[in-house]
Amino acid sequence: MKTLLKTTATAMALALAANAASAEGKLVIYHWFEYIPQELLDKFSEEHGVEVVMDTYDSNEALLASLKAGAIGTYDVAVPGDYMVQIMANQGLLDTIAEGELANKANIAEEWADPSFDPGRQHSIPYQWGSTSFSVNRDVYDGEINTTDILFDPPEELSGKINMLDSQGEVLAMASLHMGIPQCSTDRDQLKALNAMLQDAKGHWASFNSDTAKEVLVSGDAAVGQIYDGFGAKAREEGANLEYAFPQQGYVVWMDNVVLLKDAPNRDNALKFMDFLLKPENIAAVSNYARYGAGVTGVADHLDPALATLPESNPPADAGTGVFIEVCDQETQAVYDTIWTNLKK
Amino acid sequence: MAAGAASGGSAKSDTYAEARTWLLLPAWAVLGIFILTPVLMMLVYSFLTKEFRGGVIWEFSFAAYDQFFCSRGLFGDEPCAIEWTYINIFWRSIWQAGAATLLSLVIGFPTAYFIATRPEHVRPIWVFLITIPYWVNLLIRTVSMKFMLRDQGPLNDFLISTGLIDSPIHIVNTNFAVQLGLFYSYLPFMVLPIYASVERYNFNLSEAAADLYANKMTTLRRILLPAVKPGVIAGCILVFVPSLGSFLAPDLLGGAKNFMIGSLIEEQFKGNAGNWPFGAAASMILLTMVLIILLIFARQQAKTEKGAG
Repeated sequence: MKTLLKTTATAMALALAANAASAEGKLVIYHWFEYIPQELLDKFSEEHGVEVVMDTYDSNEALLASLKAGAIGTYDVAVPGDYMVQIMANQGLLDTIAEGELANKANIAEEWADPSFDPGRQHSIPYQWGSTSFSVNRDVYDGEINTTDILFDPPEELSGKINMLDSQGEVLAMASLHMGIPQCSTDRDQLKALNAMLQDAKGHWASFNSDTAKEVLVSGDAAVGQIYDGFGAKAREEGANLEYAFPQQGYVVWMDNVVLLKDAPNRDNALKFMDFLLKPENIAAVSNYARYGAGVTGVADHLDPALATLPESNPPADAGTGVFIEVCDQETQAVYDTIWTNLKK
Repeated sequence: MAAGAASGGSAKSDTYAEARTWLLLPAWAVLGIFILTPVLMMLVYSFLTKEFRGGVIWEFSFAAYDQFFCSRGLFGDEPCAIEWTYINIFWRSIWQAGAATLLSLVIGFPTAYFIATRPEHVRPIWVFLITIPYWVNLLIRTVSMKFMLRDQGPLNDFLISTGLIDSPIHIVNTNFAVQLGLFYSYLPFMVLPIYASVERYNFNLSEAAADLYANKMTTLRRILLPAVKPGVIAGCILVFVPSLGSFLAPDLLGGAKNFMIGSLIEEQFKGNAGNWPFGAAASMILLTMVLIILLIFARQQAKTEKGAG
């Protein structure tokens, strides 16, 4: 009940915000929390004489829920992850960027110019990319960590000291990699085995937490934590003796993208903002702050030199392959939803 | 008819008889917009068809309630068996909220009694002290609680330094931590109504009981408790109901390993499942349950008052 009330209240607040936002010279951003440096927003404001307003969300699913609950038409741009770009496009929540509307589109790095989740970059531009794997506290365990066994079948020293992300997509994708099965499997035996494996693995886990995934590692409450590479780097830089793993079975790769939302009240400013973020010096400022990779050419000169050698973003030669989270069809997704509920019931 | 009622009524009600309807309008509007409409929306949504990844399709469906009560296996094609998953989640939440309420009562009652028996001019200071921590946001208080209870936190450090224990007690990520968190979150809701009742209590009654050779326990049981019962019941409801739907304490202190009602509902809207009708249905079932509990309390109270009168 609380949530529904909250959603209703948010929708009403957003409707009010929408009226204010339609004034000239504004840009309304819907963004992840703790991700973009304020100085960069100020710089854009100054260069273009545009007032920037930003709201934040804490998961791709929360972004989708909010837009579907009536916030579409309020915001100009949002920053969904790879699979969410595809979902939002399928649901008709994105506007199309016409050919020639973005002056700096050619700056997009070649490998990110035609991604599977947005062929031809019709709705989005690259923002930041990185991986989701896990960090291990080396004071607690000094054995081999580049294996998903650490999460799902851990050695005794680590059992009961593992924090998982409280996010169905990331946990189930990693579990599929661990078992070597496809992410949207329809094979009943594979799905049953996945369900059973997770039930066993849960006994080794201390908690599910996304918001404080970094803090539990820094404080030592968890010895292993599923985490995004940039957060892992920050946790290590805050003093914990952590090592980020690149499992041989593979790990999750993600890319956040700036998308042009349908019914954007300030479409022109949204495009200006996208062009702004396609300039290497600007997107580099985000990378320097968030410790993730940029998908723009010519960015290297502007990056913090420490990033080039950051262990979290430079996989060893024998690492497994990074894979995107896949978008399953409705029927298949229902089974994965049940497996997730089973895990947390 | 209005005129007849007005002439028969007292002078005070005369003044507003004509204007009563529109004077009450703001109150009705508030009730309608902020209470009735959201609940009705929830009721309607719970009977709609779910749209894939959030949202609803405007077609009537029992699917949400079917999912709640019927287990159809991992692949959804088995015949209906009783679904224990959600019943267990509800039961766990009730149990946790009940334990937190009991804990609040055990600590809150003596506290309220203590405050009510202080000299009149210092009572407001005690009440003030009780409320001070609650000026801070609930999230921050819950996180601080976690830091207090951690394996390397002050509580364990203290216990180890006194020699009571050798190795830290694991409290964080257990059910007990959740109960402690709920207890801490809602304690003033227990203390304040009980305090209000005890303050009104005529202590001459206790003295009279003592004169009639009642010992202290008997006085408490037969005289004080019945007199302050409305305050105790109000306190219990005010702690139990919000504890039932809470998701901050279970997520932060309990490790979110098991759904509670609040987090289950949250997941339907903010999580991957995006199943709005099911979230609405679970909310309706929760609402119905709370309503039944409140009705039982209300009847109980009505009976007591009848008996007393």
